[in-house]
Amino acid sequence: MDEMTADFEQLLREAFPEASEVRVTDRTGGGDHFLVEVTSPRFDGLPLLEQHRLVNDALAAPFASGTIHELRIKTRGTT
Amino acid sequence: MSDISNRIKDVIENEPVALFMKGTPQFVMCGNSGRALEALRAAGAPVTAVDILPDPSIRQELSELSGWPTIPQLFVKGELVGGADITQELAETGELRKILEEKLGAGYTDGAEERVVDVLSGTRA
Repeated sequence: MDEMTADFEQLLREAFPEASEVRVTDRTGGGDHFLVEVTSPRFDGLPLLEQHRLVNDALAAPFASGTIHELRIKTRGTT
Repeated sequence: MSDISNRIKDVIENEPVALFMKGTPQFVMCGNSGRALEALRAAGAPVTAVDILPDPSIRQELSELSGWPTIPQLFVKGELVGGADITQELAETGELRKILEEKLGAGYTDGAEERVVDVLSGTRA
């Protein structure tokens, strides 16, 4: 796995320790377009906007540094 | 507060459907902005678009106001709906039409137009 995707996965696992799935894919291989998939019971009953906000917040540092150019997010609850 | 910030706020608060995007509906400059726009078109929504590309401060001021880091950003009646993924997902489940109906009324598709607001100069097209 690419170093960057591993870093993001770690950030997400720290933010979502309860998640049953955390997956980061470098969509283009260029290290700046990512797909993030998180499955967590924390998303159950939470509006999509808040679900994505939690993911964005977990990746605030790489966003701020400009490392992430494009991020696609797919969140799933467990119910 | 800066003029740009005030104009962004004005668009968010006063346009029924505001889409901050890269490019314009006539000339989309990013796949994600295109996805959000197509979802709105499929739902028959009126769209007031703001191109964030002409000046980096537009995006900075917008994200400060909204607390949302990426582009595009969709607002309906002043409320942030989300970015491209959320907009697309809501469109696929039919939820987007419901939100638009709830907030804008059942006849929201009547005479729905696409417009562009330039937040640098304040002009509209």
